[in-house]
Amino acid sequence: MPLSTFLKPAWSNPVWARQWQAFRSNRRGYWSLWLFLFLFILSLGAELVANEKPLLVSYEGEFYVPVAKVYPETTFGGFFESEANYRDPVVKDLINDKGWMLWPPIRFSYNTINYDLDVPAPAPPSSENWLGTDDQGRDILAGLIYGFRISVLFGLILTILSSIVGIIVGAIQGYYGGKLDLFGQRFIEIWSSMPTLFLIIIISSFLIPSFWTLLAIMLLFSWMTLVDLVRAEFLRCRNMDYVRSAKAMGVGTPVIMFRHMLPNAMVATLTFLPFILNSAVVTLTSLDFIGFGLPPDAPSLGRLVGQGKANLHAPWIGISVFATLTLMLTLLVFIGEAVRDAFDTRKFLQ
Amino acid sequence: MSLLTLRGLTIRFGQQRVVDDMSLDLEPGHMLALVGESGSGKSLTAMSLLDLLPESAIWEAETLTLGGENLLGLNENRKRSLRGGRIGTIFQEPLTALNPLHTVEKQISESLFVHQGMSRQKARERCLELLGQVELPTTDEMLARYPHQLSGGQRQRVMIAMALANDPQILIADEPTTALDVTVQETILTLIKRLQNELGLSILLISHDLGVVSRFADDIVVMHNGKKVEAGPTAQVLQSPKEAYTRHLIESEPRGKMPPLNDDAPLLLDASDIAVTFKERRRSLFSPAPLFHAVDRIDLNLRRGETLGIVGESGSGKSTLALALLRLIRSEGRIIMDGHDLHSLNQRQMRDWRRRLQVVFQDPFGSLNPRMTVGQIVAEGLAVHASNLSRQERDMKVAQILEEVDLPASAQGRYPHEFSGGQRQRIAIARALIMEPELLILDEPTSALDRSVQYQILELLKSLQKKHDLSYLFISHDLKVIRSICHRVMVMKDGKVVEHGETEAVFDQPQHGYTLKLMSAAFA
Repeated sequence: MPLSTFLKPAWSNPVWARQWQAFRSNRRGYWSLWLFLFLFILSLGAELVANEKPLLVSYEGEFYVPVAKVYPETTFGGFFESEANYRDPVVKDLINDKGWMLWPPIRFSYNTINYDLDVPAPAPPSSENWLGTDDQGRDILAGLIYGFRISVLFGLILTILSSIVGIIVGAIQGYYGGKLDLFGQRFIEIWSSMPTLFLIIIISSFLIPSFWTLLAIMLLFSWMTLVDLVRAEFLRCRNMDYVRSAKAMGVGTPVIMFRHMLPNAMVATLTFLPFILNSAVVTLTSLDFIGFGLPPDAPSLGRLVGQGKANLHAPWIGISVFATLTLMLTLLVFIGEAVRDAFDTRKFLQ
Repeated sequence: MSLLTLRGLTIRFGQQRVVDDMSLDLEPGHMLALVGESGSGKSLTAMSLLDLLPESAIWEAETLTLGGENLLGLNENRKRSLRGGRIGTIFQEPLTALNPLHTVEKQISESLFVHQGMSRQKARERCLELLGQVELPTTDEMLARYPHQLSGGQRQRVMIAMALANDPQILIADEPTTALDVTVQETILTLIKRLQNELGLSILLISHDLGVVSRFADDIVVMHNGKKVEAGPTAQVLQSPKEAYTRHLIESEPRGKMPPLNDDAPLLLDASDIAVTFKERRRSLFSPAPLFHAVDRIDLNLRRGETLGIVGESGSGKSTLALALLRLIRSEGRIIMDGHDLHSLNQRQMRDWRRRLQVVFQDPFGSLNPRMTVGQIVAEGLAVHASNLSRQERDMKVAQILEEVDLPASAQGRYPHEFSGGQRQRIAIARALIMEPELLILDEPTSALDRSVQYQILELLKSLQKKHDLSYLFISHDLKVIRSICHRVMVMKDGKVVEHGETEAVFDQPQHGYTLKLMSAAFA
């Protein structure tokens, strides 16, 4: 039976339909989901929202797209062969003489330094820097948008990867049981007692962490959350009569695991996903905060928290990051609660 | 003048009426049986006497009196003194009705403290007296036991002792023996009957088993779809039923016997020396784990078109034997099917044989994956064994098989939870049948079903056997069912076969003492 016949009834399946109804009936979780999706999709297009380059330039009747393409200054009649700096008053005048520029709502990228500040950095909120700047003169709002994106992306990828690993390991342990299960459990107990944070600090002392290496290191320790859940579910299911019937029909082991047992484990798994995502975001933020996280030129919420701590006289930094983190984590918890309630079997038996 | 009178009882869940204009009269010192199939509202009727219905139920009655006293509109305190005081209750499943963390003494004396405010010492004496009444050893050791240290029958006796603790006038017994083995069932019912006579109790017995009712109850009320169908003295109702439904109930008791098998029917399955052993928990770190022989060197053979019945009580190893023959658990011995030794095959080679060797399990709720449609469930085996079929061919085959087990073709797109127990069992049979097996192992296929549904399933199995020349290995604890469908029968006890022979011979002249005991419990 092809995969599609298994996936197709997911939405027409009354069980799933009922759970979706239950999720929708939790209005807080439902709206949290939409708000979170809105913010996430918005941040995916961060380059169009906050950028130091204009979205569109019209120069001598021709159109240019600086967001997507690099144009040397000479294109617009300047002197240098290097990329045009559209914030430079000279370049601005050159373009505005023979055309126009369409700017994004925030004219800074996360690493753009505003040299035109009236006060020494960190500058308080103004009509130009809506949430002020940090002590390098970089726009806070732009930093938040880019930082939100990288946090959520990092968290999502980590969650999906560690779920896949965790489900596979848990499924194998639960399905086969016996010695495999015994040794697997002992290994996990030892492995999970490793101090993750210290290990990452040690590793990053001889390896400069990039997005992907950091992800790989954290994956090494985060795949265990789901193993116990999935394992218990598989242990319970493997003696179900419908699993036995399938075995008696000669259905192959991977098919039995995928078609008959995994859907049962998915309930527990889906319930956990928002919370795993949450903890991944928090871990990344705390690593960035102490300076062992993403490379220094990457946008990051953790580093902004650090800025806030270093500049207590500029409360707009700390307050902005705090509000962003709180909003993001609260939304995720609300979504998680709604999912958990929707999958609660005791609830829909009533 | 009856002791308990109920008139015009209606119970609703939302808009749905589950009990409608029900009435009953319980005479002093009589045993009244409330008989009906599952969903007929008999348990709900009994629970309404104690006002113990689920919260979502809405109920009202015109009259409800106990010894002339009106029970309607009592306050919560008076109701509590009724429950466990003047009316005692025994539930079906003693394992869940007893608190696993309380000793026997604590279970029984709890209601003594609540209702009579007895001192600890007096309560203990009363407990011992009650243990004597329910024929349990009257020792301190017994009082100190926990439910898991008791057998099923002993647990049910403790439940009865609890119900009797405050000298009730009425005992409500809700399917008190359904979860027990036949031989235990017999002793418990005899005990209840004896208590009725000795203590002058009035008993409301809820049961689906007409055999039990006919032997023990004085009066009978037949219920169907929440309504009273017929009422009267037991003998009168059962011997000359007035209503069609009562006749239908009586007629669905399994009966008849199988026509004899052709002498030249070829041998299909020949298994010898089948043994399944489990390791028990080791007693100490260094001693080897003791072995538990679940199936102990059993020989059996089966010819084409033949049904072999395997009878035994719970724990006798009959289901384990089935799993061993299916090679779903590790076993020793030889399983020769159609000239090939199945044990010498690896799992891949075994796959071809799985088609010819199918199984139907007891629980029609657990054996169907709730997340798959009936069409997917039935077609699952085809994907393995006939993967060359096109989609249309497969759908046609499924529709054809569903028709054969008397299910509508429209069932394909629906999910298992939309079907009743009997229909689900038909789906399970269809799933096995679509593989065109030669041997079908039926592990208690009708035990979870009502009598009349059971009857239909048995008839279906018989006709399928005739049509496809199927061999059945029919596992059951129900001797009446076995007698009506099996050519030969094997009686199992503690993993061993104690008796084996032609059905008629075994049933007419049982040789082994254990068989005799089973027979007398089932056909008394």
